[in-house]
Amino acid sequence: MGLVESGKLPKPLTALLNTSRKYSLWVYQWGLACCAIEMGAAFGSPRYDVMRLGVIPLPASPRQADLVVVSGTVTDKMAPSIRRLYEQMPEPKYVISMGSCANCGGPYWDSYSVTKGVDQLIPVDVYVPGCPPRPEALLEGIVLLQELIQNEDMAEKWKGDPLALGS
Amino acid sequence: MTAISDRRQLAYIAAQAADARVNVELEAEGMTLNIGPQHPATHGTLRIVARLDGEQVIEADPVMGYMHRGYEKLTEVRTYPQVTTLINRIDWLGSFANEVPFILAAEQLMDIEAPPRARHIRTIFFEMARIANITLFLGDMGVQLGAVSPIFYAFRDREHILNQIESATGGRFHPNFDRIGGVKDDLPAGWIAETKQSLDRIRSFCDEMEDLLVGNEIFQARCRGIGVIPADIGLSYGLSGANIRASGVDWDIRRDNPHPGLAYPDVDWKVWTHPDGDSFARYWVRLQEVRESCSIVEQLLDSIPSGPIMAKVPRIIKVPEGEAYVETENPLGIMGYYVVSQGGLEPFRVKIRSASFSNMSISPWLLKGTYVPDVITILASLYFILGDIDR
Repeated sequence: MGLVESGKLPKPLTALLNTSRKYSLWVYQWGLACCAIEMGAAFGSPRYDVMRLGVIPLPASPRQADLVVVSGTVTDKMAPSIRRLYEQMPEPKYVISMGSCANCGGPYWDSYSVTKGVDQLIPVDVYVPGCPPRPEALLEGIVLLQELIQNEDMAEKWKGDPLALGS
Repeated sequence: MTAISDRRQLAYIAAQAADARVNVELEAEGMTLNIGPQHPATHGTLRIVARLDGEQVIEADPVMGYMHRGYEKLTEVRTYPQVTTLINRIDWLGSFANEVPFILAAEQLMDIEAPPRARHIRTIFFEMARIANITLFLGDMGVQLGAVSPIFYAFRDREHILNQIESATGGRFHPNFDRIGGVKDDLPAGWIAETKQSLDRIRSFCDEMEDLLVGNEIFQARCRGIGVIPADIGLSYGLSGANIRASGVDWDIRRDNPHPGLAYPDVDWKVWTHPDGDSFARYWVRLQEVRESCSIVEQLLDSIPSGPIMAKVPRIIKVPEGEAYVETENPLGIMGYYVVSQGGLEPFRVKIRSASFSNMSISPWLLKGTYVPDVITILASLYFILGDIDR
C-alpha cells in the first residue's frame, strides 16, 4: 500500500490488520527434544487443538511461516541451522522459545555442547517456561503472542525500512 | 504371438536405453540428497546424507550429534539423586524407564534392596513408560506413510496414560520418581481402578490401529518386504528390543535375565516375535508388545503387596567404591548403565549404553539399495529417539 512504509498507516486500519494477522499465524515447528512431543500434543492432538486459536501448524517450510516455536535443547552444532531457518522466514516473523533448554540451557546449564538460550542466536518474543511445559502453557504463550501482535504498531515497527516481502 | 512378445521385449530394451541416456544426460548418478537435520520423519534432529542413483540410494550416511548434550560428562558433577533428574531426558518418551537401570546399579553398589511394594510400583511405571512410548510410535508410523489420522488417535489415548503417571508422580513427562532404595511416594487413593480404565482405552487403541493400519492394503504394500534385517546381521550390529524380535530372535531381558530389583518373575506374559524382519514385522511386534504391557500392568496392579515403599537409606547418599553394570529392556531396546564409583557423592564415571545408538548403526547397511520413499519408512520402523542416540 505504501502506507506502512511511509509511516502513515491510520490507527483503525492498523487494528484491522493486526486482528487479521494474529488469527492467521502459520507456525513452523522446530521440534528438537522432549518439548517437541509436548508441542506435538498441543498442535496435533484433539485434546488441545491449537487451531481454535487461529494457529495453523502445517507450513511445509519456514518460508511460509509467520511464527517459529523453538522447542527443546539447542546445541552448538544445531545453532547455525536455527539461525539460517530464522533468516529464511519472511517478515513479520515471531519466535516462541519453548522450554527451559531453549530459554536458558535448562538442566544442561553447565554442559559443554549446549547453547545456553536460543536468544543468543535469534530474537525471542515469548518465553514459555517449564521442563517440558505442558501443552496448555504453550497455548498460553501463543495467546500472549497474539496480544503482542494486536498492540503492535506496524508503521512504528518498520519506520524508515521498506517492508521486506518474501525475502 | 511371438511378434507381440518380441515387440514388448524391444520396447523394454528401448526403455532401458532411454533411461540410461537420461542418466547420462542428467548425471543422475551421484546426486546427493540431504535429509535433515530437522525433518519431521527423523524423530528429532538426525541428518542423513544419501547418495542417489535416480531414486535408489547408493550410500546413506547418518550424521549424528545435533542433540549431543554431554550426559556422560554432566553425570560426573551431579550427585546420585540429581543424576536421575538428568537421565530422565535421554529417551524422552519413556522417561521413567531411563531411571530404573541407573538406580538399580546404584542400589547394587550400595547393597540395598528395595522392598517388594516398591519393586512392584517400579515395574508398573516401567511398563507404563513403555506404553506411553510405543503408542506414539504406532500412530507416528502412519504419518510417515502419509496417513495423518493415526497420530491423532495416538495423542488422544496416550494422554490417559500420561495422566495416570502424573497423578501418581507429579510429572507428566519426566516423573523423576525412582529413588535409591525404593520409590518417592505411594500410589494415591483410587489410582489402581483409574489405571485399569486407562489400560482398557489403550487396548481399544491397539485394536483401532490393527484395523486402521495393520489390515490396510497400502500399509502392507509399503511395509512388507521393505528393510529386511536378517537375524544374524541384526545381532552383529547389536540390535535389541523389538527390532531384533521382529527378525525372529526370541530374546527379552525381562524374561531371560530379569534383575531382582524388578517384579517381572511374578507376572506371566508372552514375548512376541515375527519371522520376517521387515518394517511390517517391527510394527506388528511393537503392537503386540503394548498389549502385553497392558496385561503386565494389570497383573501387577492386582497382585501389589502391602508394606513400606522405601528401604533404610542414609540421608546423604554416598556410594562405596566399586563398579556395576545393569541393563534392562527399555521401550527402545536394551539400556545399560556402567557406573563407577570412587566413594564420593558423585559417580566417577557413567557409561550409558542406549538402545537407539545400536539400532541406528545398522541404517547405512539397511538403506543401501532402497528407494527414497522407503528410507522414511525404514527409519520410522527402526524407531529411535535422537536423545537416546546422541545423549
